[in-house]
Amino acid sequence: MKISKYDWNALFVTRTVASWLVAFIVFFPLLFLMVTAFKTELQAIAVPSLWVFEPTLENFTEVQERSDYMRFAMNSLITSLVSTILGLIIAVPSAYSFAFSPTIQTKNIMVWMLSTKFMPAVGALLPVYLLFQWAGLLDSQIALIIVFTMSNLPIMVWMLYSNFKDIPHEILEASRMDGASLWEEFRHVLLPLAMGGMASTGLLCLVLSWNEAFWALNLTSANAGTLAVLVASYSSPEGLFWAKLSAASLMAIGPIIVFGWFSQKQLVQGLTFGAVK
Amino acid sequence: MSSNATESRFLPRLLMSPAVVTLLIWMLVPLGMTIYFSLIRYNLMSPDISGFAGWENYDFFITNPAFMDSVFNTLILLGSVVIITVGFGLAIALLINSPFPGQSFVRILLISPFFVMPTVNALLWKHMMMNPIYGVFAQISGFFGLEPIDWLTEIPLGSIIIMLSWQWMPFACLIFITALQSMDREQLEASRMDGATYFQQLRFLYLPHMARSIAVVIMIEVIFLLSVFAEIFTTTSGGPGTESTNLAFLIFQEALMNFDVGAASAGAIFAIILANIVAIILIRMIGKNLDN
Repeated sequence: MKISKYDWNALFVTRTVASWLVAFIVFFPLLFLMVTAFKTELQAIAVPSLWVFEPTLENFTEVQERSDYMRFAMNSLITSLVSTILGLIIAVPSAYSFAFSPTIQTKNIMVWMLSTKFMPAVGALLPVYLLFQWAGLLDSQIALIIVFTMSNLPIMVWMLYSNFKDIPHEILEASRMDGASLWEEFRHVLLPLAMGGMASTGLLCLVLSWNEAFWALNLTSANAGTLAVLVASYSSPEGLFWAKLSAASLMAIGPIIVFGWFSQKQLVQGLTFGAVK
Repeated sequence: MSSNATESRFLPRLLMSPAVVTLLIWMLVPLGMTIYFSLIRYNLMSPDISGFAGWENYDFFITNPAFMDSVFNTLILLGSVVIITVGFGLAIALLINSPFPGQSFVRILLISPFFVMPTVNALLWKHMMMNPIYGVFAQISGFFGLEPIDWLTEIPLGSIIIMLSWQWMPFACLIFITALQSMDREQLEASRMDGATYFQQLRFLYLPHMARSIAVVIMIEVIFLLSVFAEIFTTTSGGPGTESTNLAFLIFQEALMNFDVGAASAGAIFAIILANIVAIILIRMIGKNLDN
């Protein structure tokens, strides 16, 4: 007889309402940003805020005219994609080696790797800046790709390691007994089993690189600047131009947020560092 | 037999070498250069002054009154954001854990801020939320007949803490939600049958189960929060005075606003030392949970 799968008692209703309320509060700043992007500048700073108005696309065209959006977007896309792929190519073999042929040193090497992440980026800024200047790589995609790859590498190795460790040794040994080469073992045994972990590692690094601001702000500008740099250029204090700022922001975070929504289940799998069995 | 043994040790080393070698270069070369710069006189504005400086740069940086402030601010920022995000993250994860209408949509709304880049986060809060005239907070306090707060001037560090908590709470929440899904249902049911209250379940079943996830969240957050930069750069620029200057931003100021490479490098060494102290304390405190 029961139609609803929920038990509608008072506690349940309170929980549901509370959950929706919390989600609304957390999401509200983003909602406000999205709505403001479609207002005129005057509507944007109206008090009290307008929620019903005739939307305009003017801000988006103006952002595109003022600063070449596609160029910044391409820089973001290329640097984050290439650094993620490069990072996986370097991190997968070493995580494989740590997980399946551990030695007494393995633990120490991995702790050392993570400890490089504890070094504040600003501590390396001057040397890295000078080295890139010397190599003529300032304001280039290559510089950002190198920096993103290296700063994500320790996290990638850790995530992949905890993922590989869940794969039973025996399966790999069996394939080795059958005379599979290392590549065959990787291609036909490990890859199918570890696909989920690799995907979530890649996804996280994509998000981290896309959103990276410290190195992007300090190493790049007009030529190789990413979307984080584009948005920062709207922070100048002259006048209030919320609508254009919102449009630029929305254009900068839109792709990665939509990407995040679709991949969140996959993303979280590897993020737990094996904390969830 | 012996050749087999050598081979079995050689291959794993070969496989790990790209990551180890590149990271070693990435760490040692900048570190070496920073130590070298910190010991010489090197100011981009006065290139004629040079030579060995000894401890001069360290002395200059440490006697700068902003130094202790920045160390203090760095730690306050770190501690507050970690406590807020883990606390709220846990509470919200527990709240939305059991199924209700629209659960997956609520989940998507909740994790969205994690995908927002620091510069957007900072500008969104600075202008649209915290502006003392047009901002949402000012409108809310106006609605209750209260005097609006000029957030970034009156409580600059607090404002930055709010921005960072908004960004990192979803991360904590996301991991806790996943951890909760693997709770043993039967055990929970059994404890309920035995008359355990919700708080007893929380204390003896949920929290022990979540310990490792909490450790992971704290670890990752500390790594990223020790070097917060973009949020400060785009909102308060460390001000007013040094009220929202953290160590990372102070070094940046020294290097790129005062052009004093020597002093900035000495500052960088201090930042590395501070990071290592925090790391050691952290590993001591939560290392047990990270060990398998």
